[in-house]
Amino acid sequence: MIIFLSCIILFLIGLYAIVTKRNLLKIVIGFALVEYAINLLFALIGFRSGMLAPIITQVDAPHRFVDPIPQALVLTAIVIALGTTALMLTVVLRIYNRYKTFDIAEIRKLKG
Amino acid sequence: MTFIPLFFVLPLAAAFIIPILGKIAKSLIWIFVTLVSFALFVLALYGAAVTQEVPMIVYQMGNWPPPLGIVMAFDSFSAFMTLVISMLVFAGSVFSLRYISHYTGQWKFYTLYMLITAGMMGIVITGDLFNMFVFLEIAAISSYALVAFGVDAEELEASFKYMVMGEVGGLTFLLAIALLYAKTSTLNLADISNSLQLVGHTPFFWLVLGMMLLAFSIKSAFVPFHSWLPDAHPAAPAPISSLLSGIFIKVLGMYTAARIIFNVFGLSRANAPALFNVLVGIGLLSIAFAGVTALSQKDYKRLLGYSSVSQVGYIMLGFGIGNYYGVAGAIFYILAHALAKGLLFLTSGSVVNATGTRDLTKLAGLGEKMSTTAWSFRFGSMSLIGLPPFVGFFAKWLICLGALKAGFGWLAVVAIALSVLTLSYLLKIENSVFMKKGKTQAAKAPFTMRIAMVFLVVLIIVLGIGFQSVIEFIVGPAANALLRGLEYANLVFGSAAVGF
Repeated sequence: MIIFLSCIILFLIGLYAIVTKRNLLKIVIGFALVEYAINLLFALIGFRSGMLAPIITQVDAPHRFVDPIPQALVLTAIVIALGTTALMLTVVLRIYNRYKTFDIAEIRKLKG
Repeated sequence: MTFIPLFFVLPLAAAFIIPILGKIAKSLIWIFVTLVSFALFVLALYGAAVTQEVPMIVYQMGNWPPPLGIVMAFDSFSAFMTLVISMLVFAGSVFSLRYISHYTGQWKFYTLYMLITAGMMGIVITGDLFNMFVFLEIAAISSYALVAFGVDAEELEASFKYMVMGEVGGLTFLLAIALLYAKTSTLNLADISNSLQLVGHTPFFWLVLGMMLLAFSIKSAFVPFHSWLPDAHPAAPAPISSLLSGIFIKVLGMYTAARIIFNVFGLSRANAPALFNVLVGIGLLSIAFAGVTALSQKDYKRLLGYSSVSQVGYIMLGFGIGNYYGVAGAIFYILAHALAKGLLFLTSGSVVNATGTRDLTKLAGLGEKMSTTAWSFRFGSMSLIGLPPFVGFFAKWLICLGALKAGFGWLAVVAIALSVLTLSYLLKIENSVFMKKGKTQAAKAPFTMRIAMVFLVVLIIVLGIGFQSVIEFIVGPAANALLRGLEYANLVFGSAAVGF
């Protein structure tokens, strides 16, 4: 139970960074933390203590393996996270070229 | 039924063909995109025709049966959504030819345009929760890139703001999926719905539902979470604004929320009145707050952006009322608002293309110089305000009828009274841009732009006059598909078994 809760705590730390940090790069790092937290949670959900990796060679022994589906989900989620992080960093770089700053308080051409 | 995957395979394949086509013959890209969008429109019409006879069509990916494999579950509500998406995608692609011509890297625009289409189509036909998340991210990532397409300072800022909000929503959805998987050990929507019945209305049930609704509220910009929309939608190129405001927020926020509340969690006004009252409250708050904020805007597209936040509130209101008329009204409103707001954003694109500004204080006297644009704006506005015989009137009328039947007479009165806000902010554009005498230099809108606008005007008028058949054949079955609630699971498994 403790490790599940620690995933949620990691999620909240990432969310805290996204909400409160003023540096664009720190916000992107906050997203990376949130993504790690969810991926870790997925992997833990599929984990069964003392079981084998799900490489099934005999048909009659499914109960000896960990749940393979969350691992597949984590792979997909990592690819999506890669895409969003790359796009985010690209936009951050472009913003830096225009405004010469990473501080969101100074990037305010759009009003209320 | 093998035509179901075509809905997302066609635009996805097109998205990967376009870069190659861009190297060989640039002029062919636009024709290709328009043809694909038209093919999607025909396909959606065919889908709507098929669902008249068969309530649910299930396509099994790789022939794996439902609880194990990923399925595409296509019912009347999906058919309705594909129809609305394809209408706006077609109008937008016709409009893009001249609007995009002054940007560099046109093939990138059209690739992203097809990807966003594939993502939206995928969301509405999938029957698998994780698959829904993947399509949601495909659509969302393409939309972040499209908002920043002009790479000006404002556009990049809007895109980053949108990306932060959108990703918080997306990741909250993913966390909810993880928790749901931990409890039910399945990702199939129908199977989840069966397992959740055994869980019952426990705190866990409400926690997961709350997280999902939070994610969808961010995606469809309900009032506490709306701050990104008035920045992001105006920053995008006009055909994209039209697509984003017209249908994107409804597919990512409203369709998913409605599907999950009604069909997966099996809730209705009868067994969860508190939740539905909250939905009504969120709807009213959005309508009133964003409507008032829209009144003080001085930017053509920004005003329309606030208007979208306000109008989406009506859809939530309809779903919150929760009886047949309310839900049918909400679904009809998705169609009405998609056509009207799509059209209004196209007129804004036409004005920006002709004058180079969207500042309401600088624009004047375009009513005579750009008569097609002006009249399209007027028809779109009349439908959005809810004047008969346009399509918007009948949608609002159904929602009010639903409120009356559910015993909320005051709600019907408030909903109609709040139309005054719509009227006043749209009159502001009408007065300053089209009616006021002035010397703003402008040429007539190009031919393809006028075609796109007239296409939507014709739909607004024809669907308004033929509202009875629209309700009978398209909107009514879609509302029944939602209100059938937990029957959804049985239909998916039943249809998969008989091979439909």
